[in-house]
Amino acid sequence: MSMPFYVPPEQLVKDRADFARRGIARGRSMVAFEYADGVLLMGENPNGSLHKLGEIYDRIAFAGVGRFNEFETLRVAGIRYADLKGYSYGRSDVTAKGLANAYSQTLGQIFTHEVKPYEVEVIVAEIGPTSDETQLYRIQFDGTLLAEQRYAAIGGKDDELAEKLEEAFETNLDLAGAIAASASAIEAVEEREIDADEWEAAVLDRSMDRRMFRRLEPGEIAGARS
Amino acid sequence: MSDAPVDPAPLPLEPLVPRSSFLTLLEHRSLLPSWPGIKPDDLEIPEGTTVLALRYADGVVMAGDRRATAGNVIAHKRVKKVFPADRYSAVAISGTAGMAVELIKLFQTELEHYEKIEGTRLSLEGKANYLARMVRGNLAMAFQGLVVVPLFCGYDEAERVGRLYTFDVVGGRYEEQDYATTGSGGSEARSFLKGAYADDVDEDEALRLAIEALVAAAEEDAATGGPDIRRGIFPNVVTVTSSGFTEVGDDRIAEIAGRVLEARP
Repeated sequence: MSMPFYVPPEQLVKDRADFARRGIARGRSMVAFEYADGVLLMGENPNGSLHKLGEIYDRIAFAGVGRFNEFETLRVAGIRYADLKGYSYGRSDVTAKGLANAYSQTLGQIFTHEVKPYEVEVIVAEIGPTSDETQLYRIQFDGTLLAEQRYAAIGGKDDELAEKLEEAFETNLDLAGAIAASASAIEAVEEREIDADEWEAAVLDRSMDRRMFRRLEPGEIAGARS
Repeated sequence: MSDAPVDPAPLPLEPLVPRSSFLTLLEHRSLLPSWPGIKPDDLEIPEGTTVLALRYADGVVMAGDRRATAGNVIAHKRVKKVFPADRYSAVAISGTAGMAVELIKLFQTELEHYEKIEGTRLSLEGKANYLARMVRGNLAMAFQGLVVVPLFCGYDEAERVGRLYTFDVVGGRYEEQDYATTGSGGSEARSFLKGAYADDVDEDEALRLAIEALVAAAEEDAATGGPDIRRGIFPNVVTVTSSGFTEVGDDRIAEIAGRVLEARP
């Protein structure tokens, strides 16, 4: 029987974090960007059928980067959480804060207890009746929960991307302006141009009825950038 | 419902639970609604209804009266019996009110849950089959006298036509051609529509037909409430067309109901 090696906890956590970061860095980034009527979620995704963005509940949306099967598991768990809570209590009791906390707990648990940590990072966005009530949460692979303002970026080059978004941000931009700003920021960081049909984008739009999530068509993205 | 927590932290990931069904998720978490040990002889449970749906040029119109009765007492005067199921379908209920409302809430959640997880809506037939399964799940209660029978209609996005479905207590699902009714006043409404129905009428005429059928039912069935203009109680009327589910406003219904009542023999 072999003797287990002693590994100091610092080293263990660092190894796991490095592993997760490397996995996430391989994927493409996603951004959330506030505009006049709500929040735009956008990123490069040449694969049209495997979505990285999704509807969670009336006012709540999800974006994930990293390993598809892992953030897809989180997305489905989020919808289950939201529908179960809304069905059992009331629709207004489902909040991004509650969901972000649950994601944070889950990812934290997986990071320390599972054989391998999840190589993912997710955004949970919620809009309220006015832009003051918009909430953006970013949850990292180890369960770190960050509340962001105005914009958020996830993925390998998140810091660089956040800087570009900061430069581009203006209050009360219209949708076309927000699309142009987000797309340009991502292209600047990636240092190449991205075709209109290679984007995946969706909005949470205050002007819509109950379910405020809407996917954007390639035509809308192209139109905003021309 | 059991005491299982609705909101556990951390989030259960449950990779082995079948993906897109909300009902299966409730079963898995032991949260399915149930009414154990009810003996309907002991208590008066609100029931009684007329709900109907008919096809017209643009899609379907669905209408329901507002009365709920418990025995010979009018239990509620402003009950809503017609609901959106999702963007392109509507569902109406007859039978034991409390259970029917729960059934609708579950059905709505199920359709939305499926749509969000799969990224696409169920076909209209798929929705009708699912509803049939839910009615069948209620069979044990039906044998105790607690019957729930829905009526389902919608706009078929693939075929671009309106469709109607009726159900029976054991979960049988039947597609109807022109019009469909259910509830205690259903047969009266049906015989009215048999004489008055015409294919491909416009929306105004379809609304008039639906409201007059309810008026005809209310004249004969004590458990069906007619339009009450003085108190401002009007039937729920909705349409489902290529542009989706729309609730018809009270003003418009009041105006049509006024004309209908005026012209009744």
